[in-house]
Amino acid sequence: MTQISFDRPDPIDFLDIDSLLSEEEKLVRATVRDYVEKEIVPHIGDWWEEGILPQEQLAKEFGDIGLLGMHLEGYGCAGTSAMAYGLACLELEAGDSGIRSFVSVQGSLAMFPIWKFGSEEQKQIWLPRMATGEVIGCFGLTEADSGSDPSSMRTNAKRDGTDWIINGTKMWITNGSIADVAVIWAQTDGGIRGFLIPTDTPGFSAIDIKKKASLRASVTSELILDNVRVPDDFVLPGVSSMKGPLSCLNEARFGITFGAIGAARACYESALDYSIERHQFGKPIASFQLTQRKLVDMMVAVQRGTLIAVHLGRRKDDGTLTSEQVSFGKFDNVRNALEVARTARSILGANGITLEYPVIRHMANLETVYTYEGTNEIHTLVMGQAITGLNAFT
Amino acid sequence: MKVVVCIKQIPDPATPYTLEEGTNWLVRPDEQILDDGDRYGVEVGLQIAEANEGTVTLVSMGPSGNGQGVRQALAMGADKAILIEDDALRGSDALTTARALAAAIKEEGFDLIIAGTESTDGYSGVVPQMMAELLGVPALTYATKVEAGEGSVTIHRQTNAGYDVVNAALPALVAVTAGVVEPRYPTFKGIMDAKKKPVDNLSVADLGIEVTSDQTVASIAEATARTAGQKIEDEGEAHLAIVALLEERKVI
Ligand SMILES: Cc1cc2nc3c(=O)[nH]c(=O)nc-3n(C[C@H](O)[C@H](O)[C@H](O)COP(=O)(O)OP(=O)(O)OC[C@H]3O[C@@H](n4cnc5c(N)ncnc54)[C@H](O)[C@@H]3O)c2cc1C
Ligand SMILES: Cc1cc2nc3c(=O)[nH]c(=O)nc-3n(C[C@H](O)[C@H](O)[C@H](O)COP(=O)(O)OP(=O)(O)OC[C@H]3O[C@@H](n4cnc5c(N)ncnc54)[C@H](O)[C@@H]3O)c2cc1C
Repeated sequence: MTQISFDRPDPIDFLDIDSLLSEEEKLVRATVRDYVEKEIVPHIGDWWEEGILPQEQLAKEFGDIGLLGMHLEGYGCAGTSAMAYGLACLELEAGDSGIRSFVSVQGSLAMFPIWKFGSEEQKQIWLPRMATGEVIGCFGLTEADSGSDPSSMRTNAKRDGTDWIINGTKMWITNGSIADVAVIWAQTDGGIRGFLIPTDTPGFSAIDIKKKASLRASVTSELILDNVRVPDDFVLPGVSSMKGPLSCLNEARFGITFGAIGAARACYESALDYSIERHQFGKPIASFQLTQRKLVDMMVAVQRGTLIAVHLGRRKDDGTLTSEQVSFGKFDNVRNALEVARTARSILGANGITLEYPVIRHMANLETVYTYEGTNEIHTLVMGQAITGLNAFT
Repeated sequence: MKVVVCIKQIPDPATPYTLEEGTNWLVRPDEQILDDGDRYGVEVGLQIAEANEGTVTLVSMGPSGNGQGVRQALAMGADKAILIEDDALRGSDALTTARALAAAIKEEGFDLIIAGTESTDGYSGVVPQMMAELLGVPALTYATKVEAGEGSVTIHRQTNAGYDVVNAALPALVAVTAGVVEPRYPTFKGIMDAKKKPVDNLSVADLGIEVTSDQTVASIAEATARTAGQKIEDEGEAHLAIVALLEERKVI
């Protein structure tokens, strides 16, 4: 057989990890990749710089494709595999971590608790409209004084007849001010419970957090709950402990394991192209050994992270994935993605600090990804406890 | 309205391709994609079917491989697919391809056939017209806009100067150009549903056609690399040199 044209192995899928994916998974991925290239990539630099997001248009487009709550069954959700959800997160985050965050929050943090712990009526009311993007949700767990240790939260809900009165302040809430419904976690006499609060309920308000230097194409807000009164059927009946919010976070972290690799891949691709085109000392900078070391390190990191993600994806679909394994994925893939972004930044030289290229945007975004959904340190302690049996949190 | 859309699965143009020793036929890997040009045909077909309470049947000839390209078109919303696959059809020329497609389409029945103007890999650009001739229906080609209603179809046919408006009674065949519409993304629900949609596999015997392949690919050669362009240093007179060059090429 004659091999025509170039015979370089695919620099993006060096190990042919694609061969581990099913046709359906590849089709989902191709759809999202196509969408991101056409609808996100051309604009994201500007959105990021201006700190804006055309959220209504995006929510509708995400809904049309079926991205919102895609791995949930029924209620207008597409019901794909977890692997397909992961691959979608990867492609979205190759666009921007903020775009992926939007989808993670809607699907894993807002729709998932309703789907998992909600009453049939709550599911009927919220899920179909959330799947189409007509209704946007947010997830309020973190508070100003309660981050890595969420069980120390002060937000509380007290009974008043058959109603609940909720008071407190939530901080760093993605999609907070644009949400139609907030999933708020609060202390009650019967443990930590989740409340579905329509954001037009009297006493509920949101203030956007400004001056962010990371995740700028994403809305982050402070939520204030001042004597918010809701009836009893607004509380999620299925859970009354930290297991509620933690199981949501587990879903979202699974997506981040894939997503971070998308950001890393975009940085690596950008640096690879740049290093071949950019000439110094009379030749492409890719021809210098120091640059090749960086390129290979990045390529290996992206491939290794993809393998981890795909492995966890298979386990999730098999029902054998543990939360410690999710910690492994979130911990390792995000720290490596950040390293890749920094290396890619150095290859782009001065151009690497501008938003004309995606690299510094991803690099800055990944600082958020490193911190939210359990910091790098917290996941270290989760795995440390898993392998030693000793708790180092307190 | 019964719409049939011809779609071709091709090796991904972004990956290196291989020719078979001896025959010089393109090796068709398992992994093939929907020809990008045919995504437009699928979109046109879906829009017309949606506007006329119709159905869309896909017809594709060639080694089906893992079927990803056909599945993509089903995921976009087509109702069913017919795959023509037979060793006897390997290395088919354009006319044989048209014969096989026409036989399957005739069997299926149709009001409107949609095809691409030319494929990305073979790009002979003649299969649609040949099919129309074989089926005895008008061929409306180079369509940049398509509207179909009760009993007739109207297109804008791209010309050097602009476009002609061409109308024909149904049944008819339309070959669309890329960019005629914005192809939709397959939805995830569509992707999940695509698994359950009917796919019929037909052989040459099923079609009842004779395949005689009397053409061979005699030889192949790599395209010559493009030579470097001519640089004109501007010392105040560059525009004259450029004008002279354009006149020489009869561009102006
Ligand atoms: C852009 C953005 C969006 C967000 N979106 C949401 C959202 O939608 N919903 C939501 O509820 N939250 C959200 N968060 C909040 C996020 O989850 C928290 O920031 C995160 O949990 C860390 O909490 P903290 O910032 O209070 O840091 P802290 O918990 O104060 O931690 C500060 C540092 O101390 C370390 N540390 C803490 N405890 C230990 C320990 N025991 N051992 C060793 N080190 C320790 C941490 O690892 C970290 O390095 C978002 C955050 C950001 C930046
Ligand atoms: C190396 C090489 C050598 C070749 N040598 C010859 C030769 O000697 N003589 C010759 O006649 N041809 C030759 N061909 C062309 C080859 O036979 C054609 O690719 C094939 O017959 C289909 O035609 P096309 O792709 O050019 O179709 P086109 O006419 O360019 O396609 C137009 C449209 O027709 C439809 N269509 C075309 N093919 C299919 C299909 N298989 N299934 C479903 N729909 C389809 C699609 O809608 C497509 O967009 C050669 C091709 C190659 C790569």
